[in-house]
Amino acid sequence: MRPKSARLGGVLAVGLALTLGLAACSDGGGTDASPEAGSSSAAAGSTIKLGFMGDLTGANAGIVIPPRNGAKLVIDEYNKTNPAVKVEMVEYDSQADPSKAVALAQQAIKTDKIVGLIGPAFSGESAQVAPVMEEAMIPSISASATNAALSANGWKYWHRVLPSDSVQGPGIANFIADGVGSKNAFVIDDKSEYGKPLADVVRTTLEGKGVKLTNDSLDPAESDFSSVVNKVVAAKPDAIFFGGYYAAGGVLLKQLRDKGVKAKFLSGDGSLDKGLIDGAGAANAEGALVGCPCYIATPDVTDAKVKAFADAYKAAYSADPAIYAAEGYDAATVFIDAIKAGNTTADKINAFIGTVDFAGVSKQVKFEANGEVAAKDIYIYQVKDGAIGLLGKAAEAKLG
Amino acid sequence: MLNDFVNQFWPATIDGLAFGSIYALIALGYTMVYGVLRLINFAHSEVFMIGTFGAMFVPFVLGISSPLTGIALVGIIVAMILAGMVASAGTAMALERIAYRPLRSRGASRLAALISAIGASIFLQELFALLIIPKVFNRPQQGRIPMALPRLMERTELFSIFGHSVRVDQVLVIVAAIGMMVALDALVNRTKVGRGIRATAQNPEAAVLMGVDINKIVRMTFLIGGGMAGVAGALYLISYENTNYFIGFLFGIKAFTAAVLGGIGNLRGALVGGITLGLVENYGAIFFGSDWKHVISFSILVLVLMFRPTGILGESLQQARA
Repeated sequence: MRPKSARLGGVLAVGLALTLGLAACSDGGGTDASPEAGSSSAAAGSTIKLGFMGDLTGANAGIVIPPRNGAKLVIDEYNKTNPAVKVEMVEYDSQADPSKAVALAQQAIKTDKIVGLIGPAFSGESAQVAPVMEEAMIPSISASATNAALSANGWKYWHRVLPSDSVQGPGIANFIADGVGSKNAFVIDDKSEYGKPLADVVRTTLEGKGVKLTNDSLDPAESDFSSVVNKVVAAKPDAIFFGGYYAAGGVLLKQLRDKGVKAKFLSGDGSLDKGLIDGAGAANAEGALVGCPCYIATPDVTDAKVKAFADAYKAAYSADPAIYAAEGYDAATVFIDAIKAGNTTADKINAFIGTVDFAGVSKQVKFEANGEVAAKDIYIYQVKDGAIGLLGKAAEAKLG
Repeated sequence: MLNDFVNQFWPATIDGLAFGSIYALIALGYTMVYGVLRLINFAHSEVFMIGTFGAMFVPFVLGISSPLTGIALVGIIVAMILAGMVASAGTAMALERIAYRPLRSRGASRLAALISAIGASIFLQELFALLIIPKVFNRPQQGRIPMALPRLMERTELFSIFGHSVRVDQVLVIVAAIGMMVALDALVNRTKVGRGIRATAQNPEAAVLMGVDINKIVRMTFLIGGGMAGVAGALYLISYENTNYFIGFLFGIKAFTAAVLGGIGNLRGALVGGITLGLVENYGAIFFGSDWKHVISFSILVLVLMFRPTGILGESLQQARA
């Protein structure tokens, strides 16, 4: 995802991550009754392992911690019922670096012998890790990777529990044209495997709707986006879309507002985090709009299932569920349901995933043959009084 | 295209000057150490990074999170610059003592010092990501997440050029940076310490025979270069309001480029190189898009070095008039 993670410092971090990872698995190894838990069916009273992979400590950890918490919630709830087969969640901190993620995936397969993986969180690492999982024949469900091309590889073990950027992009673009009523838009991407294709889909859709378009790209490793801002000032757009993550998005938004740009600021799911407000400053972020294929419950939600999830989440982590928490919960629920139904090998679990069809917290969970989820709703969120709140489905949302 | 350039020329110039000034201040550290020791101090990027956190520490400790005015604003800016200077200069001197002097006193090759510099650089980055940011700045688990400075100085318009506003923070960066460089130029050219630095740069053996304490001069060089990076860090933080443990990487590369562009070993060259780089980046971005910024700056570097291998000003610290 982020080019900066490919740098020298990464080498040291890899070593550290590996060491920590090994230490962690040697701690948990004692309860593992079956030496080949990954391939043979586990005996009663044993423990099998599910992995969770994503950027848990890096610059964009803010959008990976909530799905991790959501997933952990399901597994803890399940283990509390004292089942015959307990489940342990092993965490792999890839820091969104694809090369690190692949090394961790190999460790997960060979050393930890996981039977399923929740993640990887981001698209860049997913593209690298999925072939490894495919070869090992271990199912994965990502709660947050949205790159559209991922499902076009014919992978049988890869799934995601949210719609892709090919759904998110047009959803947001239609909202820019219809909901915001933009005639002159400025689209910026961060050149990443996530941001660029998303921005490109937004561009094509906007052009198709006859919206005047100006483009630029930025390097998220930088902290001065003045050349982008100067272009925006010159183009005088009424709406700006940024395809990228919140770390750069917040700084960009602040620099735009500091130069007097008043246009509506929109972004995608990668910017749906409080970090966007922290980076931009509450006053600058006010009114910013963020589209997302994810569903975040607002405190006044009425649906009993969603409310129960939100309350349990709040009780466990003393915070409201944030981005992808519900998706992480649903992804873990799929695995737990599979295990409850007596499927304890990777292969059986994968077959089970193909058959699920239940009302999850985020949506109706049902997978298509290519691993995409069947439900295709995009939601729009808005920053109001320094907090991110749900505005509505992209097709219906209206600016207040 | 040309129309774009006309429209964006003035804002690009102002931003280029402000960013170029920061490059120039960092470049001084590279160029001074090179002039005296013939060594590229690759850990200098981390000296800058630590300067930004040194400056961040002042409002953090005082618990200031809203804009200030008048004497309080001047006070906090001065305090942040001083804190940045102390943090950076201290780091630079520690680097010299721990990472370079033991090698130098044993007569190790410059390559060994280079590796030592890269090692020190990674060490300092990880030290901040894993320990200092989580513990000192009380951000557990968030060592690698960018840290924002609350707004301390309102972004008021000072004056405008052809309808493009020039903000007070941009003027502060440019004026403060150029002021520091004038002061440094005077220090090197007019004082006894400065004479020692120039003498060591010209001929270390002869300087020793003339009674110059080389170790002291080397320490002074790291102290001054580090201090300048600290000023750069504080100005950057006040103006751009965010930093992270890895911020030195790009700045280090760009400032090193600026030093080479201006003529490495030449103090005024660092200023010329920094400002040139800042301007060229912003002008180039108008034509080719912001994602081409790095390509443009390094193409210019290659072109300049092809025709002027010693950089724009060329003349180095060694040949400077005594």
